Amino acid sequence: MNDAKRADLTQFARAVRRHIVRMAGGGGCFLGASLSCADLITYLYKEELRFHPERPGDDDRDVLLLSKGHDVPALYGAFVELGMLAPERLANHLSPHDHIYWHPNRSIPGVEFHSGSLGHCLSVGMGIAYDFRLRGIDNRVFVILGDGELNEGSVWESLLVACAYKLENLVVVVDRNGFQANVRTEELIPLEPLATKFVAFGGQVCEVDGHDFDALERGFGLLRQARAQRPGVLIARTRRGKGIAQIEDRADRWFCRLSDAEVAAMLAELDGGASSALQSGTLVVR
Amino acid sequence: MSASYGEQLLELARADERVIVMTAENRAPIRALPPQLGARFVDTGITEQTMVGMAAGLALRGRIPVVHALATFLTMRAFEFIRTDVGLPALPVKIVGTVPGILSEANGPTHQALEDVALLRGVPNVCVFCPADADDLVAALPAIVADPSPWYIRHCERPAPAGVRHEPFSIGRAEVFAQSEGDDVALIVLGALFRETWEAAALLRAQGISVRVINVRCADPFDARAIVAAASECTLLVTVEDHFATGGLYSLVCETLVRNGVAAPLASVSCGDEWFTPALLEDAIMASGFSPSAIAARVCTALAARSTATAL
Repeated sequence: MNDAKRADLTQFARAVRRHIVRMAGGGGCFLGASLSCADLITYLYKEELRFHPERPGDDDRDVLLLSKGHDVPALYGAFVELGMLAPERLANHLSPHDHIYWHPNRSIPGVEFHSGSLGHCLSVGMGIAYDFRLRGIDNRVFVILGDGELNEGSVWESLLVACAYKLENLVVVVDRNGFQANVRTEELIPLEPLATKFVAFGGQVCEVDGHDFDALERGFGLLRQARAQRPGVLIARTRRGKGIAQIEDRADRWFCRLSDAEVAAMLAELDGGASSALQSGTLVVR
Repeated sequence: MSASYGEQLLELARADERVIVMTAENRAPIRALPPQLGARFVDTGITEQTMVGMAAGLALRGRIPVVHALATFLTMRAFEFIRTDVGLPALPVKIVGTVPGILSEANGPTHQALEDVALLRGVPNVCVFCPADADDLVAALPAIVADPSPWYIRHCERPAPAGVRHEPFSIGRAEVFAQSEGDDVALIVLGALFRETWEAAALLRAQGISVRVINVRCADPFDARAIVAAASECTLLVTVEDHFATGGLYSLVCETLVRNGVAAPLASVSCGDEWFTPALLEDAIMASGFSPSAIAARVCTALAARSTATAL
């Protein structure tokens, strides 16, 4: 990857993070999970997906589904930066007069399917991928799963079927940020060795640093070349809350409802300022 | 002899490339289809949730998936997938629950879908069809596959009773076999006990009681007009269903009467709140009080209570 492209992606991802932080003001959002996949979503829309932002409904587009759902501020931030969503609409976050709420829904152009209940979108993506195959077209389907979501049996059930049907036009992307709600995955239901599990199920697996655009390029490139009648699995090692030192890798910072001052300080931090202090409380479900 | 369900579905799939036939390893009613449909037949194995999610994805792409599994597992194991991935976005997936209710025979309570109608009619956008028999099912299939809504079909291929020729299917319309305008009793039946209800009507008529039989067909959209008409024209309404008393036909009729401000004497023949005794079909029907003579006796008791009350 050349420097110009890397710089462009870095700037795009920073802009996405700025939108995410703003959405954590007011009524709040799932800040940690959104920040962990901001680079992933940036890379996918800018580099990997066959996708034209000016024609998001095009027949030749690749499809991206957010199965984990909580990360939707990252998606909407990307949509704004791609010119698909008016920036002022993000100010309607949680307003009853718009459709920008805590989980994705198809009222927002570019959202392919709603989510919120975990463990659904892999099977939905398989249906889309199967249709692509029936039509003899080479579009692909990407499904972003959370690592906590991997507790759901339906994920593994669907993976069995995806492998049985050799859906090589399907790519599972795991945002491996190490947390589910307010606990580390390894402290509740351990997932490691995770790559081994996906290999055993029959996937073509690749594990990379999910915040390193060069690594993402290598990983997705590898999966593109080595389809070999198997669904691809990219495990993206990420940090929850990536970009804001005070909430990075913290179990208690799952859902954040920030004050205006905190939002301002975090925006400054994203622009290279000092690490912001965090005063507001957090939602703890466990 | 009319076509079987599988033959009818094959004909529809041949005529329309959008139709995809799916099963979670339950091929009984569609056994002949795989070689005919090739890649448009998808068996996902014993994975009801994955099948329903996949069907939603196919429907998003313009397909019409017709999915099959045993009714209990399909409607209950995969209920949230049906509700969230099919019902909420109103995708045209046709959900076919096999061996529902009494048709599960000797399998036991794990296989007794006796709350499926209550569950599925509770999901917005999802329509519910409970055919009386094979003829009723096959005749309705083209309209249901062509309809843009998601549908739950409570599969039933029992033979139609001798002498019954069903009216053409119309979505949301019950089929009414009226003896006269002022029938004494309306037997309102949803699904597989149509045969026993039909024969109970004959027993009652032999006793000089005039009877109309209402084959409800669709639990949703429900034919309120047929029920309100029966309530105003008949002395007694009796619902018959192989379903728990809660949330099925009896509930539907109660809701309809109240909503329309109509009061009518109403008796129920159902599974109440108990799973039925597992046995081969005819024995299970007998043991559950669903035989023609048991239904007729229930009607006579309710009529007698009614006349006693009137006399008082």
